[in-house]
Amino acid sequence: MTNPLNSDDFSELRLEGVSRAFGKSAALADLTLTVKRGEFVALLGPSGSGKSTALNCIAGLLPLTAGTISLDDRRVDHLAPEQRGFGMVFQNYALFPHLTVRGNIAFGLKMRKVPRAEITRRVDAALALVQLSAHADKQPGQLSGGQQQRVAIARAVVVEPPVVLMDEPLSNLDAKLRHEMRAEVRRLHQELGLTTIYVTHDQEEALSLADRLVVLSDGRVQQIGTPEEVYLRPINSFVADFMGYRNLLSMTAHGVDGADHLLLRGDGIELTAVRNDESVLDGPVTVAMRPDDLVVGQSGGNQFSAVVTSIEYQGRDFEVQAVATSGAALFLRTPERLIVDQSISIGISPERLMVYPATKKSTPAAPVPEHEAV
Amino acid sequence: MTQLVVRERRAERQKGERRKSPFRWLVWVAAIFFFLNLFGVIASVLANSFATEWFDTWLPSGWTTKYYQTAWQDFQLADTLIVTMQVAVTVVVVSLIIGAPAAYVLARREFPGKKALMLSFLLPIMVPPITYGIPLATLLYKLHLGGTLNGVILANLVPAVPFVVLVMTPFIEQIDPKIEAAARMCGAKTWQIFTRILGPLVIPGLLAAALLVLVQTVALFELTFLTAGPGTQTLVVSLYYAVFASGIRPSQAISAMAVIYMLTTLVILVIALRYVSPTQMVTQIKDNSDD
Amino acid sequence: MPSLPTASRAAAESDHARALSRVSLRHRLAERGLDRIIWLAVPGFLFVVALFIYPAIFGVVLSFQPNDDSGFFGNYIEFFTDAYLFDTIGNTFRIALPAALINVLASIPLALVMRGKVRGKRAINTILIIPISLGTVLVAEGLLTYLGPQGWFNRILMGIGLIQEPVRLTHNIWGVIISLIITGFPFAFLLTLSYISGINPKMEEAASTLGAGRWQQFYRVTLPLLAPGLAITFCLTFVLAFSVFPSAVMLGNPAGDSHVLSVAAAQTAFQKYDFPLASTISVITAVVELLVVALVLLWRSRLYRGSSAGGKG
Repeated sequence: MTNPLNSDDFSELRLEGVSRAFGKSAALADLTLTVKRGEFVALLGPSGSGKSTALNCIAGLLPLTAGTISLDDRRVDHLAPEQRGFGMVFQNYALFPHLTVRGNIAFGLKMRKVPRAEITRRVDAALALVQLSAHADKQPGQLSGGQQQRVAIARAVVVEPPVVLMDEPLSNLDAKLRHEMRAEVRRLHQELGLTTIYVTHDQEEALSLADRLVVLSDGRVQQIGTPEEVYLRPINSFVADFMGYRNLLSMTAHGVDGADHLLLRGDGIELTAVRNDESVLDGPVTVAMRPDDLVVGQSGGNQFSAVVTSIEYQGRDFEVQAVATSGAALFLRTPERLIVDQSISIGISPERLMVYPATKKSTPAAPVPEHEAV
Repeated sequence: MTQLVVRERRAERQKGERRKSPFRWLVWVAAIFFFLNLFGVIASVLANSFATEWFDTWLPSGWTTKYYQTAWQDFQLADTLIVTMQVAVTVVVVSLIIGAPAAYVLARREFPGKKALMLSFLLPIMVPPITYGIPLATLLYKLHLGGTLNGVILANLVPAVPFVVLVMTPFIEQIDPKIEAAARMCGAKTWQIFTRILGPLVIPGLLAAALLVLVQTVALFELTFLTAGPGTQTLVVSLYYAVFASGIRPSQAISAMAVIYMLTTLVILVIALRYVSPTQMVTQIKDNSDD
Repeated sequence: MPSLPTASRAAAESDHARALSRVSLRHRLAERGLDRIIWLAVPGFLFVVALFIYPAIFGVVLSFQPNDDSGFFGNYIEFFTDAYLFDTIGNTFRIALPAALINVLASIPLALVMRGKVRGKRAINTILIIPISLGTVLVAEGLLTYLGPQGWFNRILMGIGLIQEPVRLTHNIWGVIISLIITGFPFAFLLTLSYISGINPKMEEAASTLGAGRWQQFYRVTLPLLAPGLAITFCLTFVLAFSVFPSAVMLGNPAGDSHVLSVAAAQTAFQKYDFPLASTISVITAVVELLVVALVLLWRSRLYRGSSAGGKG
């Protein structure tokens, strides 16, 4: 078998119908995705959505139950992880505790039987890249969390892998460091021209880092698109909920009005929404609204009244909970200082209403354990 | 609210009182009584081994070291010590070679029959040696291994191999499997993971297991007693026979032999305690609350 | 397999179905945890089978093949009808039960005092490990001198006027029981200590804030949480004491009241060379031990056995 795969001669990584079942439960079903060279793709979803399973399948740490993975036209899904030549950054870093920082970074090069002089040169370069040259001879245990994460990233990229896989690499860091490392990850991706597949449950992280998002739930792809597409036009109520559309109302669609806006009614509220080709024109629907899109006072669009039930100060603005006359609970953000039990008028522009076919209130399926792979 | 504070204070005070309660005193007195007796037992042997004569007095009437020479010659202690070390070292090495890989499997894999396998490793430790030792000895004699060095080694391996498995399994479990996955992602093949990553990481566990088996094997009486022949007795078995056949030789010589045995054990124990905690010797579980 | 371009969904799905049915046996075994790595456990397993399980079965079979032609149950009939042999069960219980009970009960208060950080804990544990490492033979040899009529123990008791005549503590069951305490108590204590260290002391503090006194804290909180561990400790200590051998011969009266099961088995095997009868005695020893252990574990199964670490403890 001719390998190692040369990072220069591939143009895309293709996943076709990649599936993974544990016993009878499907942790990942039918993932089809093409990642272009140089792209930064984030797999996003809540825990148990199958995102880590997907990453482990790509890495080769978990065998597929169905589907194929190929680099251009070369199948790699039957190869062992060490033969695929991908780099991986783990959530808890998984540094080799008995090796120094230098030893950790050099490990992959040694496995590839790179000449010693070149190992030294490339490790030095990688150390400089992650700004750890001063810590080269320390043990991983002597480093801070952020520094350990840099070592893990350097270890993964030093072998110049065709694809770098990152499994929630920032989730063990505190908020401030997470922000710094996020910029760092993006910088490395661009500077080194990496192809990165990044798993996270943090939508903000995914939006800020990725060129494309793959939103997963219950092992199935919900939506694939650019951050803007996913953020502004979630494809279904699950994605909407996950992307921060906290207000989900059950309403009924009643055709269109004169301005070609969709007419929605439910529990005494009447709203209009911009329709698109896939809009349900009649029958029960779920209406999704972001708290930031709800405006207190007149806004020239939809208008309805509500009573404030609780207020949380959040620094820049207030998070307000209110109950509409219909009885529906609403979340909104406003810089205005309101008081509990105050009656307010809430407005929202018809463009910012997302309308989806009503989903049955199904109890969520038992979460599939995200198996630890070896 | 104030009531709660008062109660908490009372609890604090109780905690303080607990340190000087009569209960504590009683426990310490009992413990000291136990230690004094233990000391008495060991000191009796020691005193007797250096005694010229010891009847009806608090201490021997005179001191001598001549019985060490007697013991060394009469009990062929040089040979016995060599046999003891041969048996112990072989048992340690073989039990590590057989036990450590099995521990890796038990630590890392879920498979049908795992519980049964675990039980089959637990039983030889739970069942006392004298119970299974007689059928085992009978079998070894049938295979013409009874009385030979190999027979003694095989018998001593029966509790040693499961012991290694039991010590090593939790040790390997606490090594993050992600580290192996990371090595694999760096391009390491299975054997490279074992030699370059797991090997160095399990050395402390192997050392602990080796020392625990060493202490255990030197002290294990029953299985060696049941399988050893004239030339293949370990120190502890020779000591038993010497006491059993006392009257033939002066009791001081037997005591001298006992001191030599005690020293051997204590040397190993001192080395072992540098790497394992006393609690681990009994429970096989690393106890960080020590010292 | 050629890669599918934008094939229709139906075609793709049927392809997956085919791929699924093609999953190899090796793959399916790997899914159940059976891959090449499993071979590493094979030597260990074969070893236990060859040197523990097989001899055990061999011993059971042998016990049904008496040397004389007294039939299938001949050895068992002989054991239960020969008073000298049958009494060994009672003798063993008379030694093992008190020894095990004393060891377990005495280790509870000491473990209570020694839990958590106590100065000199490691030193005390180290001293306690010494009798375990020295083993029963050496302890028995030492006790022969120490407990003997001229030994220091009797001298001290007479010196402080507690007794007038030396008490006889060797060559009867007292010596055997004392030797079992000296080697068994440290064992029981270290086990109990590891169990008691697993109980979060915050629970007792919680009980004290609810008004429980110190005895109530122990009796109502700590003891119920410790009980399953004590059951295991008792089982292990009892089994050790039940198979008492060298000290029964050296310190006891192996022809009389310390003629225990293991002594009978060893004598039968190596003095009478009646291996089938010796195996029978071994089997009976094992069965009696298992009965006691089973009874204790049955009692234990009715106790609370969940986590006692409590929260993040």
